[in-house]
Amino acid sequence: MSDIGNHILLPEGSIEKQTNTLNLGPTHPATHGVFQNILELDGERILKATSTVGYIHRAFEKLAERRPLYQITPITDRLNYCSSPLNNMGWHLTCEKLLGVKTPKRVDYLRIIIMELARISDHLICNSIVGVDTGAFSGFLYLMQYRELIYEIYEEVCGSRLTTNIGRIGGFERNFTNTAFEKLEKFLKEYPATLKEFEKLFNRNRIFMERTIGCGPISAERALNYGFTGPNLRAAGVDYDVRVHTPYSSYEDFDFTVPVGTTGDCYDRFLVRNEEMWQSLSIINQAYKKVKEFKGAEAEVYHADSPAYYLPEKKDVYTKMEALIYHFKIVMGETDIPAGEVYSSVEGANGELGFYLISDGGRTPYRLHFRRPCFIYYQAYPELIKDGMLSDAIITMSSLNLIAGELDA
Amino acid sequence: MGLTNEIIKSKLTEKFGDQLTDWEEPYGMLTFTAAKDLNLKVLQFLYDDPELRFQFLTDLQAVHYPDRKGEELAVVYHLHNLVDNVRVRLKVFVSIEKPDVFSATALFQSANFMERETYDFFGVNFLGHPNLIRILNVDEMDYFPMRKEFPLEDQTRIDKDDDMFGR
Repeated sequence: MSDIGNHILLPEGSIEKQTNTLNLGPTHPATHGVFQNILELDGERILKATSTVGYIHRAFEKLAERRPLYQITPITDRLNYCSSPLNNMGWHLTCEKLLGVKTPKRVDYLRIIIMELARISDHLICNSIVGVDTGAFSGFLYLMQYRELIYEIYEEVCGSRLTTNIGRIGGFERNFTNTAFEKLEKFLKEYPATLKEFEKLFNRNRIFMERTIGCGPISAERALNYGFTGPNLRAAGVDYDVRVHTPYSSYEDFDFTVPVGTTGDCYDRFLVRNEEMWQSLSIINQAYKKVKEFKGAEAEVYHADSPAYYLPEKKDVYTKMEALIYHFKIVMGETDIPAGEVYSSVEGANGELGFYLISDGGRTPYRLHFRRPCFIYYQAYPELIKDGMLSDAIITMSSLNLIAGELDA
Repeated sequence: MGLTNEIIKSKLTEKFGDQLTDWEEPYGMLTFTAAKDLNLKVLQFLYDDPELRFQFLTDLQAVHYPDRKGEELAVVYHLHNLVDNVRVRLKVFVSIEKPDVFSATALFQSANFMERETYDFFGVNFLGHPNLIRILNVDEMDYFPMRKEFPLEDQTRIDKDDDMFGR
């Protein structure tokens, strides 16, 4: 720009000093949801960014104050809709902690299969979209068929695909069918080869590396101070993982490593997510092996024995008066929940997803707060893209895996 | 031997005496209440102390208790020591007439959005916050919707019997 200044006589307030204001979003195709960022640009360089949230506010926490526990599960689906089973399980685990329900081992392992599938489906979307934002569309199409397969497994287990509402307090609605296990086997057999090819396509790709290395970096101290968790924190070099630090749902029985990056840039975040998919695959393999080891009556266990909170079976509800009454009582929240306050968190696909539940002994929570990882990351976004190029801002956003539903509960 | 709740409690009592009250351990998490103008000092002590090292702010939000006269709003901090993997919960009670609490943004960048959210929903006024404006609701709103005086449904409705519907 200074070159132009040398050749052309510019008026006062010259082009060198002028900046442009650009409204990136809301609902810009490159921003993956409802995000508004008002950027101050010098050419293509970002001098300053102001981000806004609050375009899809649905008042989840207020809604939750009027609902019995079961009716809150569909609300959690809509937080991070790329991996809704994780949110559901997180909520059920919170309820179980409050109610003191102890789940059998087989239920824990089945839950782990579902949770890790959800993590894979979230990461594969995120990573393939990072690819799309750098201009490579084929990786996205290639991986998408496996998200479809994962959704088919959900469908087999609970009947729905995106907002799954999967599981119940104490376990699952019904046992996994043979078809579900067949589909899982198919996934475990086919996905590793595809993931390997995806990695071949990107990991050492010159264009991809030049677009992502050094783009949107964050140091470990800054990441911790900004409240980062999940893959974004681990890419910066901190090996904090809720699954390891505060094991829930029998994660302590499994053998896996937590991938850690060094620089916290987009490339590191991409690699950490890829490696996490491999780890998830290994966890699913181990869990599936453990599930198959159960014999006899134990192999049929799919829920905890807690009739006060676990819904009766649907076929009993339709045929037996007693079951119908219990179903009604639980669904309508006739059963009081014990007073107390509980904080419980799970390792969501993009960070620590926490539930802070205060109960005063009534039918509904007195106060429920979701700790949504995306809401907390998004504060760092202006700092991450400052002094970078406009095109880097797009990749930074997609590699942070910002989900609008979680940003703005 | 790692950091236990007893060690944290004794260190805090040594430093702040009886200004910290309501010690509890619901579901294993140490919970205590500080006087409202002490919150930043307690947070700073928990952050700086070489043994305590509570340097990660997990969560920050408020709860409204309309029945507690003079201290209707509770601001709740969840802190995490990532080295020893211990969590604590700090509560600060303020009155709804003058809901002034010191902002933790100087200590934790992550407090910025969370305090704005808390202000937006409960009207807690965080003193020293760099940009305390509405974050999720519209700017023109002159009330704070998460307080208990704003129930979710229209209270004049008569077609629904609350006793029948679990409300």
